[in-house]
Amino acid sequence: MQKNFNGKLVKEWVIERCIYLSGIASIIFVGLIFIFLAKEGFSLFKTVSVSDFLLGQKWYPISTPAQFGILPLIVGSLYVTLGATIIAVPIGIASAVYIAEVAPVKTREILKSGIEVLAAIPSVVLGFIGMMTLVPWVKNTFHLPTGLTAFSGALMLAFMAMPTIVSIAEDALNAVPKRYKEAALALGATRWQAIWRVIFPAASSGILAAVMLGIGRVIGETMAVMMITGNAARIPNSLFEPVRTLTATVAAEMGETVRGSDHYFALFAIGIVLFIITFFINLIADLAVHRKLK
Amino acid sequence: MNPIIQTRNLNLFYGTFQALHDISIDIESKMITSIIGPSGCGKSTLLRVFNRMNDLLEDVKVEGGVFIDAKNIYEPGVDLVELRKKVGMVFQRPNPFPLSVAENVLFSVKIHRTAAFKEYGDILEQSLRAVDLWDILKDKLKTSALNLTLEQQQRLCIARLLPVKPDILLMDEPCSALDPIATAHIEELMDQLKVNYTIVIVTHNMQQAARVSDRSAYLYLGDLIEYDSTEKMFTIPKDRRTEEYLAGKFG
Ligand SMILES: Nc1ncnc2c1ncn2[C@@H]1O[C@H](COP(=O)(O)OP(=O)(O)O)[C@@H](O)[C@H]1O
Ligand SMILES: [Mg+2]
Repeated sequence: MQKNFNGKLVKEWVIERCIYLSGIASIIFVGLIFIFLAKEGFSLFKTVSVSDFLLGQKWYPISTPAQFGILPLIVGSLYVTLGATIIAVPIGIASAVYIAEVAPVKTREILKSGIEVLAAIPSVVLGFIGMMTLVPWVKNTFHLPTGLTAFSGALMLAFMAMPTIVSIAEDALNAVPKRYKEAALALGATRWQAIWRVIFPAASSGILAAVMLGIGRVIGETMAVMMITGNAARIPNSLFEPVRTLTATVAAEMGETVRGSDHYFALFAIGIVLFIITFFINLIADLAVHRKLK
Repeated sequence: MNPIIQTRNLNLFYGTFQALHDISIDIESKMITSIIGPSGCGKSTLLRVFNRMNDLLEDVKVEGGVFIDAKNIYEPGVDLVELRKKVGMVFQRPNPFPLSVAENVLFSVKIHRTAAFKEYGDILEQSLRAVDLWDILKDKLKTSALNLTLEQQQRLCIARLLPVKPDILLMDEPCSALDPIATAHIEELMDQLKVNYTIVIVTHNMQQAARVSDRSAYLYLGDLIEYDSTEKMFTIPKDRRTEEYLAGKFG
């Protein structure tokens, strides 16, 4: 009996340590990544000023003299991200509402597994499909010289963000206690009034988190945008022109740079910018989730 | 006698399980009627027939007639919104919306558009006064209803029903989540409200039924065993099963 008890204690201790170590490890890894990123990225600012980097309009990393202005890339990312958000958020939330509150049980199950499948498609596959179907469609529909535009990228990314938004928003809606809905219906509310006035506000922080995570996914996405946005590093006049995003730039150019060159450092500096953007998005999502009613 | 709710040969089935058997009852206007009986005997089911909340469940079948103000509420084409404006419901567990106190009270007015914006202040005050919350909450109208005590939440849930001027208040064990003092307060409140409203209260607390109600109905396994003035039923029950239940032999 006593021995058994000690054995249990030891086991508990080991498990606890393991969990503790994994927790610490993940923090250390993030720290190391950030240090590496910062060290390489900040080296750029010995030769290029921060404002020239962030606000410069020309990204000519391999001409002489090289120019490292990432404004076109920032604008490209912004166009694609905003476009994708504007498309994905309303549709995503509407689908979540439909799945959580309206759909009959069978339809709900089918839709939920459908969305899981959609989430599981690797982005390169989606990018490829987009290139073959979406790009020509955009070209023909809008009579453009090329279908490789910010708009195509936004549409494609909206597809990728949607599963995240739908499944998290749907969880948030489902987490709203049924008794609120009952109370609303018992007061003579219609189903839509109950959803709109009670369930939706009650789930708002979860829905906001869903949106932020969806946007996070869009900003971080590389492969598909690289394949279908046209990769022109200049400031676009509209959604229907080719753009290049921050992520696509890093992915496309990292292989060709000389280690320790300004170009190499500039790509890391872009990494820092991306890091900061995603950090803030996650922060907002976090605050949204933990926000409590007064 | 002036019945406001009448059921005639009411049967209710959950799938194949029959939860109510051939119930015919007349519930009097401006009185408190209690429905008592052991747990699982169909009290909540009967109550939820009166505002058709059972409609929310799949596979529920209702047979027979249920009349409110002599109109059959299970007829095709009955307007559920109108029905539920007329027949309000208070639930077992206080369920104010996770919104502010004011938004809870004004909810029905907003969805039914029964009042103009400039009347909101008066409606808020009247409704909260009716449940004795005005003095406590008049400076906290913007706080979340979830910050209130359970008793205050339950009062708020009652206040929330009043702006649409219901005739009937259904209460499903409204005090079972409350302590004895809060329970006494709610019972007092019911006594005040019965001047203006018909109240049907479900309770498995016989003392509560005896204290608050004018008439009592005893349900057992989905059958209406006895229905009489509370005084008569609690002093000289007609049915042996009622007698046994009241004597605390089971339940
Ligand atoms: N949604 C439901 N589906 C199937 N059976 C139910 C449902 N709700 C209640 N019942 C059954 O109907 C009977 C009466 O339930 P209920 O009205 O809740 O009893 P009470 O309120 O008196 O405790 C019980 O046997 C219960 O198991
Ligand atoms: Mg019950």
